[in-house]
Amino acid sequence: MALPKYTEPHYRIWHYIYLTICGAVFFFLIAPLFVIFPLSFNAEEFLSFSDGMKRLDPDAFSLRWYKDMIYGTKNPWGLAAKNSFIIAIFATIGSVILGTVAALGLSSRHMPYKGLIMAVLISPMIVPLIISGVAIFFFMAKAGLAATHTGIVLAHIILGTPFVVITVTATLSGFDHSVTRAAASLGSDPVNTFMKITLPLILPGVISGGLFAFVTSFDEVVVVLFLAGLENTTIPIQMWTGLREQLSPTILAVATCLIILSTLILVTAELLRRRSERLRGINR
Amino acid sequence: MSSETKQILTTDGIPLEVSLKKAERKNKIKAFLLVAPLLLFLIITYVFPIGDMLFRSVDDKMVTQMLPKTFKAMENWDGQELPDEEVFAAFHEDFIKLVENKREGKLSTQLNYTKNGFKSIIKKLRRKSKSFEEGNYKEQIMSVHKRWADVEYWRAIQRRAPEFTGQKYLKGMDMYVNEEGKIVSVEEDRRIHRVLWLRTLEIAFFVTVFCFLMAYPIAHLLATLPMKYSNLLMICVLLPFWTSLLVRTASWMILLQQQGIVNDFFVGIGLVADDNRPEMMYNKTGSYVAMTQILLPFMVLPLYSVMKTISPSLMRAGKSLGGTPFVAFWKVYFPLTIPGIGAGCLLVFILAIGYYITPALVGGASGTLISNQIAFHMKSTLDWSFASAMGLMLLSGVLVIYWLYNKIVGIDNIKLG
Repeated sequence: MALPKYTEPHYRIWHYIYLTICGAVFFFLIAPLFVIFPLSFNAEEFLSFSDGMKRLDPDAFSLRWYKDMIYGTKNPWGLAAKNSFIIAIFATIGSVILGTVAALGLSSRHMPYKGLIMAVLISPMIVPLIISGVAIFFFMAKAGLAATHTGIVLAHIILGTPFVVITVTATLSGFDHSVTRAAASLGSDPVNTFMKITLPLILPGVISGGLFAFVTSFDEVVVVLFLAGLENTTIPIQMWTGLREQLSPTILAVATCLIILSTLILVTAELLRRRSERLRGINR
Repeated sequence: MSSETKQILTTDGIPLEVSLKKAERKNKIKAFLLVAPLLLFLIITYVFPIGDMLFRSVDDKMVTQMLPKTFKAMENWDGQELPDEEVFAAFHEDFIKLVENKREGKLSTQLNYTKNGFKSIIKKLRRKSKSFEEGNYKEQIMSVHKRWADVEYWRAIQRRAPEFTGQKYLKGMDMYVNEEGKIVSVEEDRRIHRVLWLRTLEIAFFVTVFCFLMAYPIAHLLATLPMKYSNLLMICVLLPFWTSLLVRTASWMILLQQQGIVNDFFVGIGLVADDNRPEMMYNKTGSYVAMTQILLPFMVLPLYSVMKTISPSLMRAGKSLGGTPFVAFWKVYFPLTIPGIGAGCLLVFILAIGYYITPALVGGASGTLISNQIAFHMKSTLDWSFASAMGLMLLSGVLVIYWLYNKIVGIDNIKLG
């Protein structure tokens, strides 16, 4: 952002102070993530940079903790990763189906009590997680679903649907309903219309809602802490236990993998957002 | 003429008005049926359980059911002097039944919540009651321990007669009902919950302020830079946003530890001595730093989306009309960003007030919040009714804030990235 030539000196100084502040805040936001990356390749068992690492000595770096993560004896990460993916995938499918269908109803102009129902549907996002955790635990315990995968999947569907409802309703707000009427007038039944016309048009919204639901489930720890038994351990639970008991470099190896995963999700989400913006641009 | 307009018929011969109403109702039902599965699912698995928490938090049937005869006999007792033989006999009868079912331990735990000192005397009573003779139970029970002859303890039992109680809510605010039935505060050095509530509010408030102060300049920069640069910088905001909460907390634990990088840096520039490294984790500082960084994206994104809509020509107009850049900013730009500030602040405040994971890991004893106390009672003391009561107190606070949020920005304006 170049300043115009006529800028007075003290505004010029102020401008550079402002840029410095911004730089510092960006550093504060992003730098902590990059600390994990080099330390996960540490050859030693310490969580700080060894002298060798500071000299960039190749011997100071190793894949030891990654090997430990994958092959380590009695390590829980394999089971945790499997559970996390299974739970997150099913929770995402459930959230996307329930959330999309509900969003279709909500964005109809005939929907009665819209405000009230919307408030109920997105309440799991507003209520502090600890309270949701307590409430869901009481329900699952009564239903006999505590310490089961089913219970955790259901809990994560509760927490994930608000994101789907919000993103899909937002996409539907720019949706031209005359296309569905056109399809109906050409003899298409509602299900066919939805699959062939509506769904392809709102797909970016559905997928980005699904991504939110997936990340919510994959990263969720408070509710799982109440619900999970030993068999249902997930990656966040293992990280939580590890961080409470002792910070081992293996956790950093896992964390690095998670950062790579979140980068992939970020890229997907960004591409989807641009695509939907472009599509909306064409509509206008 | 007017009667003719009313008589417009559809091709089937039904009046148009009726037909339209029918179609509208059909559409309404259709829309509702689409929402129904999710609504029903949430009501069963989520809304009812929160109602269940409300019930649990005031439910006090346990003692009522354990000592039915005692409470019946106590109805005629004025609570001044020691109760008479009738009450003692009823209590003995109830107690024998409890011992048979091995439930006297539960009774002692429950009564101990009301008044300390019940645990040992109930244990003693169980042992002695085996050799009790029939009749004159008052004398026999009183001879077990001098506390059984203390009217205070009988009043404590009487206070547990009602099936419902607000006692857990009072306990959450460090208050209790004393012997005279008045609501009073506990002694000053035992007011742990009030300290926690205040600390939760304090941390949530300051985290919100810090987030605002840091987010405002960068949101402004992102909104005013040309697209190709701002997209790149946006990654710095979005990558932490999408990264696991535990990963980010872990990185703060590495940075803030005593031999950590931040301390190394301070020693390196000579700010602190090597042998006097400050403790930056397991205290309030840890909670502040980590929570601010973790919640910062939630402040940046709403601010950015509002700032993006403000036309740069407004600032130019302000300046061309004779305002200095500062005046133009303060009088023109800042007021236009207020909706974004409101949204960001309330979002961060709501998230911060219910935070659990980060304070539990980096907060230590002086940096934990009310959520940690709720989890503690859920998992360790198993006093679920107390956890429910505190959870609902927190929830009602959040709902008030949420109501304000809705008034100021509207629920529909929540934006995600």
